[in-house]
Amino acid sequence: MIWMLIGFLIVLFILAKVGWPMIMGAVDKRNQHISDSLVAAQEANDALAGIEAAKAKALAEQQAEQVRIINESQELRKQLIEEARNEARAEAEKMVADARLKIQKEQEEAMSQMKAEVISLSVDIAEKLLQRELADKDAQSRYVEAILKENQPRIEA
Amino acid sequence: MKCSLRHIILMLLLLLAGSLKAETLDVKSFIFGHTGDGYCFHVTEIKGKHVCVWLPVIAHSKETGWHVFSSKHVCELKEGETYQGFYIAPMTDPKYPGKLVEVNGQGEITRPFDLSFTRNAFGIFLVCGFMLAFFLPAAKKYKKDPMATPTKYQGMIEWLTYMVLDGVISPSIPKSKVPKFAPYLLTVFFFIFFCNLFGLIPFFPFGSNVTGNLSITLVLALCTYVAVNVFGNKHYWKEILWPDVPLFLKFPIPLMPIIELVSTLTKPFALMIRLFANILAGHIVIMVLMALIFIIGGMYGAGMGGATSIISIFMMVFMTALECLVAYIQAYVFTMLSSIFIGMSQQETE
Repeated sequence: MIWMLIGFLIVLFILAKVGWPMIMGAVDKRNQHISDSLVAAQEANDALAGIEAAKAKALAEQQAEQVRIINESQELRKQLIEEARNEARAEAEKMVADARLKIQKEQEEAMSQMKAEVISLSVDIAEKLLQRELADKDAQSRYVEAILKENQPRIEA
Repeated sequence: MKCSLRHIILMLLLLLAGSLKAETLDVKSFIFGHTGDGYCFHVTEIKGKHVCVWLPVIAHSKETGWHVFSSKHVCELKEGETYQGFYIAPMTDPKYPGKLVEVNGQGEITRPFDLSFTRNAFGIFLVCGFMLAFFLPAAKKYKKDPMATPTKYQGMIEWLTYMVLDGVISPSIPKSKVPKFAPYLLTVFFFIFFCNLFGLIPFFPFGSNVTGNLSITLVLALCTYVAVNVFGNKHYWKEILWPDVPLFLKFPIPLMPIIELVSTLTKPFALMIRLFANILAGHIVIMVLMALIFIIGGMYGAGMGGATSIISIFMMVFMTALECLVAYIQAYVFTMLSSIFIGMSQQETE
């Protein structure tokens, strides 16, 4: 009984001092460490997911920007072409209008010249008619014709 | 081949039974000599000579003072002889069976103050040494690097420790008190468990029936008693000395306090008896099955003894397997009840 008391108390004392608390402490510590690590891993995962999402968002934004820039430049190109075309058209129209105006002017000029010519011709004819007193109509028309024939080069001019 | 092997075994058993026929077996001394304590460690018998490990006898006589000598001197004494006035009483002695006794000057037989390092003491220290060698390296490894990947050995220690911690201790004791009481409860569990198991191994240096010994279970129960009552909190003591019962039950005659005080004693007493009785019973059953061979052999001749041995050995194998289970269960029960009692003494008022 005394040996039992001695032996058991020695073992109890040694194990209680350097045995069980070490084992229990280490296992608890490790359990804590494992659960902490799991939480940290979860957090890191979440953070990674956040980064992933941000990356995807940025990528999408960039792509949209790209598309926008391309569209804009295409728009601009079209606009430029359109402008150039319009300008060219306006120029051409202007030139045509100028030409028309010039033609008109020349026409008018020619007209007025012709008028003046016709007038002088008529006056000449009338002069000639008045100079010749003609009775009959036939003779008159023949005469007009003769005059006209005479003045053929003038009329044609 | 198989058949002939069986014949050989049978013949060997018959020869064994026949060779022992001549001795008449004293069943009582045979059983209690093996299950009880002893001054020497009987290893085997070679050609009729006992091979023993002699253990020191330490005794204090009232007349002649301290005596320290090898148990060889008292174990090999013949009938009527003494060594330095001491001899070991036979198992048939009504007063001190199998104990060291002293013949004093007046020729009276007295029991000296006996501190002998007996077979059980040897068994206890074997288990103590084993426990230290088993658990301390793990503790050392944990201390060196608690975060390292545990080795297989550490895994086993962890499994064993947490089997008791999570299965027995934590459910019974308030969480904050677990670190205070767990070392005791763990030590008690493994001490009982290894004692029980070592007791089942039938050869030297094992085989001492430590936990089937009342004085050993008494010490263990006493430890639990101390753990419960010395560390018990105010609430626990109030429940014992001034429980919530009608006044006439506690004043002027403190009836309930007396009952409660007795109950604090009966709890460890039950622990003590339960462990002792269970382990001793298992050992006795195995020993009886063994003795049965020689009893029947002696009564009906070697042939019957040999036949009985076959049945007996099967039964013994079965009983030993059962005892392995009991070894665990009893350690478990002792620890569980201890932790429940400790837990009760640590309860706070709700």
